[in-house]
Amino acid sequence: MRNAFFKALEESAGGNEDIFILTADLGFKLFDDIKRSCPGRFYDVGIAEANMIGIAAGLSLCGKDVYCYSIAPFLVMRAYEQIRIDAAYHNSNIKLVGVGGGFTYGLEGFTHFGLEDLSLMRSLPNMTVVVPADAFEARCLAIACSGHRGPMYIRLGRAGDPAVHRSSPDFRIGKAIVMSEGKGVAIFATGSMVHTAMEAVRLLKTKGIDATLVNVHTLKPLDIEAIKWAALDHDVIFSLEEHSVNGGLGTAIAEVISEMGYSGFFRRIGIEDAPRRPVGDAFHLRERHGLTAEGVSDAVLKALEEAYL
Amino acid sequence: MNKPKGADDFSRYERISRNIRKTILDTVHRTKSPHVGPSFSIVEALTALYFRFLRISPETPGDPERDRFILSKGHACPALYATLAERGFMTVEDLQKFAVNGGALEQHPNIDIGRGIELSTGSLGHGLSVGAGMALAAKAAAKRYRVYVMLGDGELNEGSVWEAVMFGAHHRLTNLVAIVDQNGAQALGDTKDILDLDPLGDKWRSFGWDVVEIDGHDFAQLFSALGLEACGRPRVIILRTIKGKGVSFMENELLWHYRPPDEIEYRLAMKELGP
Repeated sequence: MRNAFFKALEESAGGNEDIFILTADLGFKLFDDIKRSCPGRFYDVGIAEANMIGIAAGLSLCGKDVYCYSIAPFLVMRAYEQIRIDAAYHNSNIKLVGVGGGFTYGLEGFTHFGLEDLSLMRSLPNMTVVVPADAFEARCLAIACSGHRGPMYIRLGRAGDPAVHRSSPDFRIGKAIVMSEGKGVAIFATGSMVHTAMEAVRLLKTKGIDATLVNVHTLKPLDIEAIKWAALDHDVIFSLEEHSVNGGLGTAIAEVISEMGYSGFFRRIGIEDAPRRPVGDAFHLRERHGLTAEGVSDAVLKALEEAYL
Repeated sequence: MNKPKGADDFSRYERISRNIRKTILDTVHRTKSPHVGPSFSIVEALTALYFRFLRISPETPGDPERDRFILSKGHACPALYATLAERGFMTVEDLQKFAVNGGALEQHPNIDIGRGIELSTGSLGHGLSVGAGMALAAKAAAKRYRVYVMLGDGELNEGSVWEAVMFGAHHRLTNLVAIVDQNGAQALGDTKDILDLDPLGDKWRSFGWDVVEIDGHDFAQLFSALGLEACGRPRVIILRTIKGKGVSFMENELLWHYRPPDEIEYRLAMKELGP
């Protein structure tokens, strides 16, 4: 997914003298082509995320279109105030590309997890927040965001993420994608969890439950219309994200449906709290937190029992 | 040395500085605003920049070729607003909209290119990074504009400043000029007691910058420092200044970082600033 994004970016940046790409000393081999095709417009600023965002804002104020790259928590949290003021408040043309949402970096440990990034970025003014679900979406996003004005946070998986599309989808920033339509139960998922949800939907089908799946790749601006449609048509709604249950997709959906007076059953599936001694790869950690097809399917079945007791 | 016509006659600039100080005093007194002390310490430097060195014009504030000035120590914005008004970027009416409900000017600058404000600042440690980005943009596009960033000495406590210092030196941003207002005081006391910066010039030098240390209230020294040709490194001009400069009872008194003058103090201060 990450490579697909940067390959597409390289294709557009090569011929566009206004595109600058900065990294805070991460992305081994990722930028080799970009270095060649964008001489003088790629900078490794060093391990200095705050400075990177400030530089990006200065470039943006002088008419440049800037991409900043690092691992999600370092990018978002070390430089949060620079992002808040220099990027968001100034409505700068800065795309913050964070790799490794959720447990992607598994065995590297808690410091490398992106569990709060969506919540933090979603609350900033002017900020667009996008989480592609696979390499197809990442590529579409790289193309779509080149014409986008204002700051954007992009959360990418690393590599080897399973595809959720067979070909390039109709991908528009701010427009959710209905992956499958069922009855009664709707699951809203984002990023890595879209694929997990697709598998969970298949499992649920074997149990006689036909669930709708909505891929919410853009958390801000949220596709309120899609959420309202699902809320009106479904009695049971789940949100699913590889992120804290506080402040991310689940919270965003809760805000919409509670304000519209939704009277059905709603539950957030995500990471309840910081894991203790989280030693394990991404698959292991997702499993421990119920973020697998079986885990999600079980959670849905359990919740349905509760809802209809 | 790049002296103006009628070298050594700085009376015009002294007059402008006096006007700026009086506007600052009026503004903070009327609105009961803080930060008169750190505003007074940069008046001569702002006068030299805005009336002699910055290639800017109130008629074309958005000119892409203009020099940029960033007040990274944003709390001293009463001095910036007064200077911009004196230079024609703002009107007296604009100043009346400082620090009032529904007004136009906050107690920390808000980006407003039309009025000459290049960046929203107020949280310390941002300006030099943004300035470095602007300088990088100029270099990439082979533009001639220069970027000046005014920092407080207390602001140098922020680690992000030194990230930008390293970046500026590494990428040889010769079009970037940092100006440090070394008034020796920060929010809770003297810099030497809180987090000693000395030897400040050596610190910048060892980070690869060209260092000029001068009396920040002396126009002859300001003009020669700001008039220096670019060399192969970015330059820092360290201004030795006096917090509260110009009003005897405000000089080097930390109180005036916070307190606006009352009626009697206002009149006394105005009297000291002269006609």
